[in-house]
Amino acid sequence: MGDFDFSVWQPSLPFIRDGLLFTLRLTLIAMSGGIVLGTLLALARLSPNRWLANAASLYVNTMRSIPLVLVILWFFLVIPYLTGKPVGAETSAMITFTAFEAAFYCEIMRAGIQGIPRGQVAAAQALGLSSTQTMVHVVLPQAVRNMLPVLLTQTIVLFQDTSLVWAIGAKDLLKAADVAGKNYNRPVEMIVLSALIYFAICFSLSIAVRQIQKRGQQ
Amino acid sequence: MNYNWNWGIFLDQVKGGDETYLDWLATGLGWTVAVSLTAWLMALLLGIAIGTLRTLPSRPLATFGAAWVELFRNLPLLVQMFLWFFVVPELLPKDWGLWVKRDMPAKEFITAAVCLGLFTSSRVAEQVRSGIQSLPRGQMHAALAMGFTLPQAYRHVLLPQALRRVIPPLTSEFMNVFKNSSVAFAIGVMELTFQARQMQEDSEQGIETYVAVTILYFLCAIIANRGMAVIEARSRIPGLIGGSH
Repeated sequence: MGDFDFSVWQPSLPFIRDGLLFTLRLTLIAMSGGIVLGTLLALARLSPNRWLANAASLYVNTMRSIPLVLVILWFFLVIPYLTGKPVGAETSAMITFTAFEAAFYCEIMRAGIQGIPRGQVAAAQALGLSSTQTMVHVVLPQAVRNMLPVLLTQTIVLFQDTSLVWAIGAKDLLKAADVAGKNYNRPVEMIVLSALIYFAICFSLSIAVRQIQKRGQQ
Repeated sequence: MNYNWNWGIFLDQVKGGDETYLDWLATGLGWTVAVSLTAWLMALLLGIAIGTLRTLPSRPLATFGAAWVELFRNLPLLVQMFLWFFVVPELLPKDWGLWVKRDMPAKEFITAAVCLGLFTSSRVAEQVRSGIQSLPRGQMHAALAMGFTLPQAYRHVLLPQALRRVIPPLTSEFMNVFKNSSVAFAIGVMELTFQARQMQEDSEQGIETYVAVTILYFLCAIIANRGMAVIEARSRIPGLIGGSH
């Protein structure tokens, strides 16, 4: 057994707090941006316009078949050429995760929309709602409610995946633990601390999702 | 900003070596396939075992299976890589830990394959469990009524049916293994993502590099998908919709 010195946890807490805040901010931004963009992609995939539907499918399938690390590296490389100026790793991470997660939220929302009985649409139209109104007031609210457990599970996956911004050096929870580990020359203890924090958050979120799922089934 | 395209870069020699960049990518592909296949084999064996445990009437065994799944599912893969690479050797008896850190051959490869295998085993286990639970109860009851012991019922009745039912979701897990193997770059496995970063730095032709590597990952995904489709077609259950006649 190696010699552990967990007293290093205490002075490292400010680092860890800042890192965790960034991880949470990245998760929330990518979740909200991803759900909005994903819903638009889902509508595009379901649209009668073949070009729009094919373009959306191509985007979604491409994102889903390449590793996230590679997508992170791609965006970090390409964004400066598109915007004409270098962007920081943090901004790049937020754009990447929103664009990447949108593909996954899209598939969830598409399944949700397809699961709504046709009678709902017919009834909305009979009441005189336009097709946009039908979507916004009738179909989407039900789709989101039915898919809530899956959307949340995807968000837990997203929360875990944010650790991969390590590849471009953005200062998230894992990077903070990495830096603190180097500063205090206690890398092992800091990895353990970050693992405990990730596990505590993911485990409690997944229990919460299961509760919501159970309530939905009753 | 302007970009200087150079698609011939792959045949150029790397700086300070006599290999070409193409050699680097070929090495990378080799390690990606090696890590993925080793991890997948582990994940299948462990996943089937753990998934079966979770459906057993024995409380302690089912709890062990549940704990296994929760442990590997609720930690980011990258954190798990670091745990296996940096933390686990410290937990071993001193001599073993030193051996692992200094002398273990192909240390990065073994660590990455074991880590990815265990991570994926929790996902396979969940699929296998839901496959077993999706079978009609009568199958188990009939097997026991015929005088099969519990292990025999699993071996000859439940598992052969359940495993064939879960091949479609396992196909996407198999494709995920190739994608997830990219995380191994973080502990220094010289797989595709590692080579991509190295080639980008060395050649300064980032876009060409990533295009090539993206295509190689696509190829892995397609081959994995087709391979599983062959297995699926060969193992269909006669008499079911979508089964053979």
